[in-house]
Amino acid sequence: MQLLNEWAFIGVFFAIAWVFPLLPIVGSWFLRPHKPNAIKQATYECGVETVGDTWVQFKVQYYIYALVFLVFDVEMVFLFPWAVAYKQLDWFAFGAGLLFIFLLADALIYAWRKNALEWI
Amino acid sequence: MITINAQSIAFILFSLFILGGGLGVVTTRNLIHGALYLVLSLFGVAGFFVLLSAPFLAAVQVLVYIGAIAILIIFAVMLTRSMTSLTEAFNRQWWLGALVGALLFVFLAAGIILPVWGAGSAYAGQPVSEVVATTTDLGVALVDGNQYVLPFEVASLLLTAAMIGAIVIARDDE
Amino acid sequence: MEQQCRDLINTLAACMVANGADPNFANLISALLGVVLVATLPLLTVILLIWVERKFAARIQDRLGPNRVGPFGLLQSVADALKMLTKEDITPAGADRFIYNLAPIIAFAVVVLIWAVIPFTPMHVGSDLSVGILYFVGVGSIGAVKVMVAGWSSNNKYALLGAFRTIAQLVSYEVPMILALLIPVMMSGSMSMQDITWAQGGMWYIFSAPLAFAIFFVSNLAETGRAPFDLLEAESELVAGYNIEYSGFKFGMFMAGEFMHVFTVAVLTAVLFLGGWWGPGVEQIPILGFVYLGLKTMAVYFLMLLVRNTVPRFRIDQVMNFNWKFMVPLSIVLVLVQAFLLRVITSLGLAPNEAGDFVSSLPQTLILLLGNLAIIAVVLNMIRNRGRQQRLADEAARSELAHPAGAPAGD
Repeated sequence: MQLLNEWAFIGVFFAIAWVFPLLPIVGSWFLRPHKPNAIKQATYECGVETVGDTWVQFKVQYYIYALVFLVFDVEMVFLFPWAVAYKQLDWFAFGAGLLFIFLLADALIYAWRKNALEWI
Repeated sequence: MITINAQSIAFILFSLFILGGGLGVVTTRNLIHGALYLVLSLFGVAGFFVLLSAPFLAAVQVLVYIGAIAILIIFAVMLTRSMTSLTEAFNRQWWLGALVGALLFVFLAAGIILPVWGAGSAYAGQPVSEVVATTTDLGVALVDGNQYVLPFEVASLLLTAAMIGAIVIARDDE
Repeated sequence: MEQQCRDLINTLAACMVANGADPNFANLISALLGVVLVATLPLLTVILLIWVERKFAARIQDRLGPNRVGPFGLLQSVADALKMLTKEDITPAGADRFIYNLAPIIAFAVVVLIWAVIPFTPMHVGSDLSVGILYFVGVGSIGAVKVMVAGWSSNNKYALLGAFRTIAQLVSYEVPMILALLIPVMMSGSMSMQDITWAQGGMWYIFSAPLAFAIFFVSNLAETGRAPFDLLEAESELVAGYNIEYSGFKFGMFMAGEFMHVFTVAVLTAVLFLGGWWGPGVEQIPILGFVYLGLKTMAVYFLMLLVRNTVPRFRIDQVMNFNWKFMVPLSIVLVLVQAFLLRVITSLGLAPNEAGDFVSSLPQTLILLLGNLAIIAVVLNMIRNRGRQQRLADEAARSELAHPAGAPAGD
């Protein structure tokens, strides 16, 4: 019950947190001028006319960074319970955590050596 | 029959998030909107974890799924530009797909509900357990030699394999 | 009933129930009041902080800063906010309306949400979640979604490019940040912010793990987009990055969200590493904890401002290399060394006792501090050797140019 009370606060916070930024935006809707025309609404490209439609060159590097982050994210999710319970555990637990981290550091070294972490 | 308190309201709300998000993913024409509906659905799942007294899993759900996997999906959608808006449905047999989905739902529901709440189940008549496992218990269980230390290490190996595999595929052009 | 109803803040719900209100409703009103209090605190503080930042930067650059609007320019932020409220809101043609408007709201809401778990005094915390740290990390990682949505819905290829770079930076620097967060969790045995603050009664964690503090600090500089990692929205770069097509108050929301994020991160650093609300006399007069937390937060914030106005900006490839080839291996090594030393300390029986007072925490602190200093010494040595090799290689190349090997003798 204590848990639900805590999270109920978070739930109310969620509801209010969306309302807070909405109020000024709605308020400014009344206060500001509204005169759209085609030139103002054109896409900004440092003052020149846009050429071609909106697309960017496929750069696989962005995806690799997000992927490596995902693997490390899941690793850290496993490490959090280990860290929370760490003080009351024994050397075996340290060894298990050591092996876990070593395997993932291994993967990082592989990525490093294969130049997957270069920004090209 | 069903008490209306804060918990049940939250349950209904999160169910709406999940189902609405799921429906949005499969029916929308714009893939970016689909990805955002997926985020809504995953957020509903995180809410469910809170209702099930598993706050650790709720936080992990938000962190890993919304913070990493949804980003990856959105990246993938954005970097393949021709797929961002579909003008017509690819699929003519959507009614068959819906039928199969509904049948799957019926079988899954029967397979989950009947053994636990059905007539001859092993859990009939027992009160709901009051024991709530904390993160400390999870941590102890993960490295305990008799419990989950082997899946813990195998998970690490799996993650390493995933990363190496992804890098091999992505850097294929060398 | 009189006694209960006198101390309104703590027992509003009990007071209302005693007066005949329905308990659920009383709880809801109490929670609502608490939420509004906790959510307005960063808003009001940020207005003051923008002024502090501008004055500070101005003095470092030998100029005056805002001094016209109000006494000493204090109302400058209010004037800016009013200006933004009345600016026209130009939505670019072809923008995806719904998510275009959603992005600034997410930007703001995500930062305000973190304030729910921050402990202000020993007795006042919005919601003492048992997974407070993961909550903070999870909510912070939703910030990457807002960048993506803003960049995409603007229908502008420069916004999209800026958004990709921003996400790459944000997402990369979460790894050392979370690894550095493992250290307070390990040392206090809990993920709850209030528990971590209680556990620092004997010794602040900055003394036991200064390297974790440094890694957390630098990662948060990168996460909030502060100098030297502010290439994504600096004035001379990729035309203001992912929020280029936003005008009026929506742009104001992005900016306010960023300033609030910096302040939130400063508060978190104070809670996790500088002992939160601990200070002399805080157990008798709890409200003093609020004052101590404020002082520590301002110290961290000033450190961030100092760094911002001093160091030049990194290039994006330097940013990425710094993270994946320096910060991540360093934080992995730190976690391993810290775990090893903690295990050694517990085996030797030097762990602090139950009360966790200063004297009994001293052996643990000293050993961990030595471990951290050892890592720092090794790393600095490696950097120095690498720098020396680089310099020798440069000199060799230069002397090759000046005196080519094949030149006739006598030159």
